[in-house]
Amino acid sequence: MVRTRIIPVLLIRDGGLVKTVKFSKERYLGDPINAVRIFNEKEADELVLLDIGASKNGIEPDFNEIKEIVSEAFMPVGYGGGVKTLQQIEKLFNIGVEKVILNTVVFENESLINEASRIYGSQSIVVSLDVKKDLWGDYRIYTHSGSQKQKLDLPSALKRVQELGAGELIINSIDKDGTMAGYDLPLIRKVSGLLEIPVVAIGGAGSVQHLAEAIREGASAIAAGSMFIYQGVHKAVLISYVTTEQLEGAIKG
Amino acid sequence: MLKHSQNIVIIDYGMGNIGSIINMLKYLGIKSTVSSDREVISKADKLILPGVGHFDRAMENIEKLFLRDILTEMAQVKKIPFLGICLGMQLMCESSEEGKLPGLSFVDASVSKFSFPSDSKLKVPHMGWNYIETCKESKIFASLDEKARFYFVHSYYVQCRNESDVLSRTQYGFPYVSSFERDNLIGVQFHPEKSHKFGISLFKNFLDNY
Repeated sequence: MVRTRIIPVLLIRDGGLVKTVKFSKERYLGDPINAVRIFNEKEADELVLLDIGASKNGIEPDFNEIKEIVSEAFMPVGYGGGVKTLQQIEKLFNIGVEKVILNTVVFENESLINEASRIYGSQSIVVSLDVKKDLWGDYRIYTHSGSQKQKLDLPSALKRVQELGAGELIINSIDKDGTMAGYDLPLIRKVSGLLEIPVVAIGGAGSVQHLAEAIREGASAIAAGSMFIYQGVHKAVLISYVTTEQLEGAIKG
Repeated sequence: MLKHSQNIVIIDYGMGNIGSIINMLKYLGIKSTVSSDREVISKADKLILPGVGHFDRAMENIEKLFLRDILTEMAQVKKIPFLGICLGMQLMCESSEEGKLPGLSFVDASVSKFSFPSDSKLKVPHMGWNYIETCKESKIFASLDEKARFYFVHSYYVQCRNESDVLSRTQYGFPYVSSFERDNLIGVQFHPEKSHKFGISLFKNFLDNY
């Protein structure tokens, strides 16, 4: 049986751990290393680290900081943010990153997905798409940390990144980000239905029930930020984690 | 041996980030030494040979640093506990389909590439968490959780000629050798340093039981 992966997502900017609501209202939370150490204690199976300042500001990944964070992690780490070239991807693997996550570059140089997945294996190349509903209820893709709308429609983009060799797709709902009110379930159903590669759902998780709902809609893995970082209605910073056993209980429940 | 007085040397020959290994040992209360120096290596109580990347490049680096004879002496003459991780395990074999250079040849084994039909669900590299099935008793897996799982990333796998060396097998298309142990020599294909509590337990056993 394939275990359902539960992935905490850490957002960083300028070396600090941050969290957003709907991709804005950014709040500084502290040192990402401390968060990684707590997730070690919680025995998280995988971490995702996203630098939300890199692409937007056109800067390179901060390799020194990433190396420091990865060295502290007792679990595999996926990294995304500002990745544009094969050289950067190679460097990320050399410093111990297990998966590289591509987002903005998908719409600037799609052949990078293809080249990277051929060299490093499709399992290590992940594409993440950030989407928001427009006035007509259609899902639109945004890049550069949610600041630029793309023309390509979501189904076409999904098929294209799968064809190009992405090993996994992270679907992120900008509307749900940080709300802790539940995932965008129709979005997850739609995306999972269109793809054969594993789909990782993110955006909106606030409870184990939310995670279970996303799995029922077809997500292979679920990721969350706020849920694992905040506690209670006043959003006190208190890192927590959900085990696969708890999740599987909720799915059956 | 008193755990805290052990001199653990992690061999640094330029293949991948060994930060997590250092930090996991630190978590267990051991300050390890990272080195490519023959002198330092010769004083080790236990050696760890990590590594990710290409077989020939790794062997070239080992030869360039003049490490082959000291590693052989420590592993085969002094017989100190020697743990190879991922590519480090493969380097302990005689040869690999990934390259032309001879390996360290500590165990009777060779390394082959995974190959599955293109329509197979099985991809290469084998990547992700997977289980192991132990084939013999070992102190390295002492008090291991029955549901223990480890994190793997590799395109090549070890084939042991002596079945008695096989310590565990893992299913990926077929049951391949995911760890071996012969006398003082241990090789693991997975990354204990990325396998949180299960990896911590393996390192703890390597520190306490050898």
